[in-house]
Amino acid sequence: MRHVLSVLVENKPGVLSRVTGLISRRGFNIESLTVGPTEDATMSRVTAIVSADELAYEQITKQLHKLISVHKISDLTNDAAIERELVLFKVCAAPDRRGEIIEIANVFRAKIVDVGGSSLTIEATGDENKLRGMEDLFRAYGIKEIIRTGKIAMSRNSKEA
Amino acid sequence: MSTNLSKPAAGASGGAADLSEDTACVEGTNTEGATNIEGTADREGVARVEGAADREGATMTGAQAVIASLEAEGVELVFGYPGGQAIRMYDALYDSVRITHVLARHEQGAVHEADGYARATGKVGVVMVTSGPGATNTVTGIATAYMDSVPLVVITGQVPRAVIGTDAFQESDIVGITMPVVKHSYLLQSTEELTRTFHEAFHIAKTGRPGPVLIDVPSDLAAEDMVFHYPTAINLPSYRPTYKGNAKQVRQAAERIRRAQRPVLYVGGGAIISNAADELRELAELVQIPVVSTLMGKGAFPASHELSLGPIGMHGSKYGNMALTESDLVIACGVRFSDRVTGRLSGFAPRAQLIHIDIDPAEIGKVRDPEIPIVGDLKGILAAIVTDLRKQGFEPSTGPWVCQVSEWRERWPLYHPGLGDDPAQIVPEVVMRRLSEKLDPYSSIVVTEVGQHQMWAAQNIMREVPRSFLSSGGLGTMGFGFPAAIGAAFGCPDKTVVCVAGDGSLQMNSQEMATAAINRVPVKVLVMDNRCLGMVCQWQKLFYQGRYAHTLLSDIPDFVKLAQAYEWDAEGVSSPDQLDAALDRMLAAPGPYLLNVRIARDQNVYPMVAPGAAIDNSFGEIDVEEGAVRVARCEQEAIGGAR
Ligand SMILES: Cc1ncc(C[n+]2csc(CCOP(=O)(O)OP(=O)(O)O)c2C)c(N)n1
Ligand SMILES: [Mg+2]
Repeated sequence: MRHVLSVLVENKPGVLSRVTGLISRRGFNIESLTVGPTEDATMSRVTAIVSADELAYEQITKQLHKLISVHKISDLTNDAAIERELVLFKVCAAPDRRGEIIEIANVFRAKIVDVGGSSLTIEATGDENKLRGMEDLFRAYGIKEIIRTGKIAMSRNSKEA
Repeated sequence: MSTNLSKPAAGASGGAADLSEDTACVEGTNTEGATNIEGTADREGVARVEGAADREGATMTGAQAVIASLEAEGVELVFGYPGGQAIRMYDALYDSVRITHVLARHEQGAVHEADGYARATGKVGVVMVTSGPGATNTVTGIATAYMDSVPLVVITGQVPRAVIGTDAFQESDIVGITMPVVKHSYLLQSTEELTRTFHEAFHIAKTGRPGPVLIDVPSDLAAEDMVFHYPTAINLPSYRPTYKGNAKQVRQAAERIRRAQRPVLYVGGGAIISNAADELRELAELVQIPVVSTLMGKGAFPASHELSLGPIGMHGSKYGNMALTESDLVIACGVRFSDRVTGRLSGFAPRAQLIHIDIDPAEIGKVRDPEIPIVGDLKGILAAIVTDLRKQGFEPSTGPWVCQVSEWRERWPLYHPGLGDDPAQIVPEVVMRRLSEKLDPYSSIVVTEVGQHQMWAAQNIMREVPRSFLSSGGLGTMGFGFPAAIGAAFGCPDKTVVCVAGDGSLQMNSQEMATAAINRVPVKVLVMDNRCLGMVCQWQKLFYQGRYAHTLLSDIPDFVKLAQAYEWDAEGVSSPDQLDAALDRMLAAPGPYLLNVRIARDQNVYPMVAPGAAIDNSFGEIDVEEGAVRVARCEQEAIGGAR
């Protein structure tokens, strides 16, 4: 089972490695990880996606709670959460095919950020489904490189997550 | 005893110890033992540190603030080992009249000593070491304390902030290295956060589920001037352990206990940490519940009590293990369902419902899901359960169950006098029983190393009160016991402290004999000398066709001579008729004393539950109905069964 964990931590050196070390130490792979400051400068938010069964997941969150540097943990998996990721695609694009690719990008409300002799670089944000859809379409043209930021997530309700 | 111990006049040279003197004297005079009080007073121009209160607002170096912080926390003893990046803190410590420093002979020894001190007294153990190798040498000690939830504050010197990360001389990332085995750690970044960090560290180490906390102190920060203010409050919004049990769950627990026909109290180290011995006994007696104990829980419930079923698990009593197997309700108190206790999980208390009480929510449901979980401090929760039971009125209905368990105990005792019949060799269980009989359980502490001797001690040494049996349970660290015994003796000078050691384990930290000798710590070391790594041999014998791959030690070293080299008194015995008198001499000796007891090489610890088997499936128990011999359901069978 895939879990989206949103962890509010102290904004201090070493805290990220406490969090990731604890997860990996118990044998779980982190599929995606983002860290950034929050509205409170003393706090950072770690968003991690891990696959674990229910028992293991419960153990991870309980252990994370024990870290003194961890203030709050929210599970945004089942929550009606907003998930976003930013992706850069460098797609093979001979001059005669540029039009088609730009059209696809427009459909997904993505931006062309660089035009090269034989490639286009497209910036896209969205949830996993949308980005996967784009990737599938671009594959037909040949993808030279993909860079992704990792996911961030926020609960939809007004309650602080 | 050592002639080095006669201390020369304190402060002989007004500050600088005369290095031309015997170095042991120098050390003994100015940094160890009580004489450093006079030593300090004699030194001119050195401000006497009277404790933190009168230091408030004073300007001092970071190093002095470290020491003033320790004083503010009421620290009396620091175990450690100096070096370049710790030298400023040591210099400041030299002026303290409140803190005695004990110089270990290896940093691992220092941590185990602080650990033994903490386990024996319930106070926080404090360690101070230098950077690099000094810091890395503490890792096993920290991991040992972490596994057994022992409160420690470990202070490590670090290279100056400007060179951190450059592979400077004796730089090690000790915060990174120890991350998985500390409750929390700090790398000090500025003098502003120094006192708050120390106050937090002590608070975190000793509250909730206790554990080791590490503070890494860059040496340039120790040199910087600062104004000393010691905080009185703790501001840790992310750290608020739950102490009070949920009232509804407490009521449910009482209700379930009321209906139990075959209840068992399964008690671990948490009961000792929580100081819950009285409440535990009250509940056991009120409801008439038999009590089984883990290695860490030994002492939480009196061994002499008729409801005590002793140790459980791999080398537990057959009757304790059977009680769990047949039980309809297990009340787990401060335990973590270690695999050494549970054996095959599906075979652990298979017919029982579970009430699990622990202060650490992560322990609840980690191994087995309880029907009734209660997070909080065991002491208060047990008291609340007892109150609830009393309020509603209670008549014990477990009579038949207690009778049944007593029958099992009579049939398969852990010990039988018949074991002592061998005139040719000393029987290990007999040594432990004799020692147990000779010790006053209320004024003695038994500390063990790790191996067969540890299990014989756990099975045969009767303990009546908490903090009187110390052993490395979670990590199983060979080399823990002897230094821990020294630390326990420092913490409890009025108690007899005996370390039951294996010949293998003792060699892991035997250098601490110097620490004991120089500080005149009257610790007794009883070596169960089987000239092998007995516990591993036992597995090789049972499960690896007797292929003793690198487990046979030899007569080297001669432990008696080794102890004598450290100016201990020591003797060795090898025949049963010498044993009693030798134990008496050991216990009567005023100073540190080593007694080497030669036992056979091929003894196994029984009963035993093979790894992966259910705990009611043991072999090698004594069966009174079969003439009180060990029913070695034969080792061959075990070989066939387990592999
Ligand atoms: C530091 C460490 N290394 C290895 C082990 C594995 N081990 C467990 S018991 C044991 C043998 C202990 O030998 P000894 O101290 O002589 O005790 P005995 O079993 O002979 O009583 C060993 C090697 C351990 N527990 N700790
Ligand atoms: Mg041995």
